[in-house]
Amino acid sequence: MTATRTSTSAGTEGAPHVASAAPAPTSGGAPQVVSGGAVRLRGVSKAYGRGPAVLDTVDLDVAPGSFVCLLGASGCGKSTLLSLVAGLERPTVGTVEVPSSGAALMFQESALFPWLTAAGNLDLALKLRGVPRRERPAEVERLLDLVRLTGAGGKRVHELSGGMRQRVALARALGQQRSVLLMDEPFAALDAITRDVLHSELERIWRETGTTVVFVTHNVREAVRLGERVLLMSSRPGRIVREWAVDASGSRRIEDAAVAALSIEITDHLREEIRRHAR
Amino acid sequence: MPAEPSAGTSGAGSTAVAATSDKRPTIGDGGLEAGLDVLSTEPVAEPGLSTRWRKRLLPPLVALVLVVVVWQLVVLAGVQPRYVLPSPLDVWYTIKERIADGSLPTAVLTSIERGGVGFVAAVLIGTPLGLLVARVRPVRTAVGPLISGLQVLPSVAWVPAAILWFGLSDATAYFVILMGAVPSIINGLVSGVDQVPPLFPRVGAVLGASRWALVRHVILPAALPGYLAGLRQGWAFSWRSLMAAEIIAIGGEMGFGLGALLQQGRDLSDMQVVMVAILAILAVGIAVELCVFAPIERGVLARRGLARAS
Ligand SMILES: Nc1ncnc2c1ncn2[C@@H]1O[C@H](COP(=O)(O)OP(=O)(O)OP(=O)(O)O)[C@@H](O)[C@H]1O
Ligand SMILES: [Mg+2]
Repeated sequence: MTATRTSTSAGTEGAPHVASAAPAPTSGGAPQVVSGGAVRLRGVSKAYGRGPAVLDTVDLDVAPGSFVCLLGASGCGKSTLLSLVAGLERPTVGTVEVPSSGAALMFQESALFPWLTAAGNLDLALKLRGVPRRERPAEVERLLDLVRLTGAGGKRVHELSGGMRQRVALARALGQQRSVLLMDEPFAALDAITRDVLHSELERIWRETGTTVVFVTHNVREAVRLGERVLLMSSRPGRIVREWAVDASGSRRIEDAAVAALSIEITDHLREEIRRHAR
Repeated sequence: MPAEPSAGTSGAGSTAVAATSDKRPTIGDGGLEAGLDVLSTEPVAEPGLSTRWRKRLLPPLVALVLVVVVWQLVVLAGVQPRYVLPSPLDVWYTIKERIADGSLPTAVLTSIERGGVGFVAAVLIGTPLGLLVARVRPVRTAVGPLISGLQVLPSVAWVPAAILWFGLSDATAYFVILMGAVPSIINGLVSGVDQVPPLFPRVGAVLGASRWALVRHVILPAALPGYLAGLRQGWAFSWRSLMAAEIIAIGGEMGFGLGALLQQGRDLSDMQVVMVAILAILAVGIAVELCVFAPIERGVLARRGLARAS
């Protein structure tokens, strides 16, 4: 559970390694704490129960404030990896290190609580973060403004469109004020225009807040549109097999030729990765 | 631009965001977004009063009139003598008589008060027990089957025991009510908790909820529909058990409830009084259902978008 993570002051560069120096084949504990917004996975393997390994010796470093996209075929363990970083699951082997503030997670499916309004969902997240009651209404307003939902706070979840729901979910994750934001295919169920809009929103918020983002998607173009780094995962067992750097300095659109060119290259690798399993 | 490592206070974060939030990127302009929002949310039309009356009140009224007409026809056919099968009008006169002499209102109030108090007690006892059974695995393994069994056991079976233990007192009535209602409430809560989608506790954990906060803010609200169904059934069992207890345990400090009225009708071989008592018991049941449980349940479901309020 996230609650078991102790909050230590910003350690030296070497400190996390001391924590992870336990003999390799022991069962992993709760995520260790590192400074800044960095996420570090070392030799992480994960199997559910007696099942086959879903993740196999994954090593991953995510620098503070960076935007990393994770691509892979369905069932390759992307959600599992995020669950490990979020502290919802424990690695079978290896260590997971997260910042002291922990990680916020935006789930694959709309995970708003249907018995609350949009504002109520945000308010609950703030309450669970420990924000005093007096400060919460203003903070809820600020979060709604942030995702451009000013005035929609009183709407029930079922009265919101898919895009609005995902924006509330994004606002809720941002309201947790964690330095790492994990996103599990958050825009998969949306139409193209809404998705474009939310890409811009997310990019803007990322630049404004300096949050570290790990973004999981099936959609190669989306990954190239958003990420600074695009990681490709293999399936069964899941490993990180390739990585591309994307120039994120200028403004990108999903229709850009540069985005398309890189997407084609990455898609070819993804296809090859999937084809490997047919043999 | 990394976030502040460990000293990132909420104040610092909010000003940083607020200061820059009016910069707008090219695609995500407010106009496009506002248009999408309008297009993808439908306005909810409230049905008018006359439609509501026609759709919800008229059918049961028609059914009621039909029942009375059939009843009258059977009486007119002379299948049974009038003192065995009184006509609707005979019963109506008896009702007026019994209201005038005050015995019917007293009986109704006595039973409702006892049933209400017993039911509230059952809720107060059943809810924490239900949570315990639902959330603590050893407790569930140990007492789960017993509670399911108790739910099947007709609570009238407890009346003789209750009379021996508590005599002809209110305690007898309350004991029988509790034995009837508490298992239903526990079971309702347990099945409500079991049906909470596993996603919700995970969301709660990610939001940093403690064990108790998770129960209070996630599990309980998510389980509310199942819990309400349990309450409803619990009330039905309370009311039935109470009638059984009142019919069997008469005298002492038991007071004069609807069950006693029914038994009095039988002792006097007065079929009209028996019918009046049955109708009153039925009427209370229907009234509680219509005025308490149905609106609450409809409200809860409508708020979650599970059923349109109408
Ligand atoms: N709680 C669980 N118990 C057992 N097996 C699980 C569990 N969660 C996931 N798995 C298995 O682990 C594998 C990886 O699942 P995961 O959800 O991480 O994949 P994914 O990459 O997110 O897939 P998708 O793109 O379809 O969301 C799958 O084979 C899945 O069946
Ligand atoms: Mg997934």
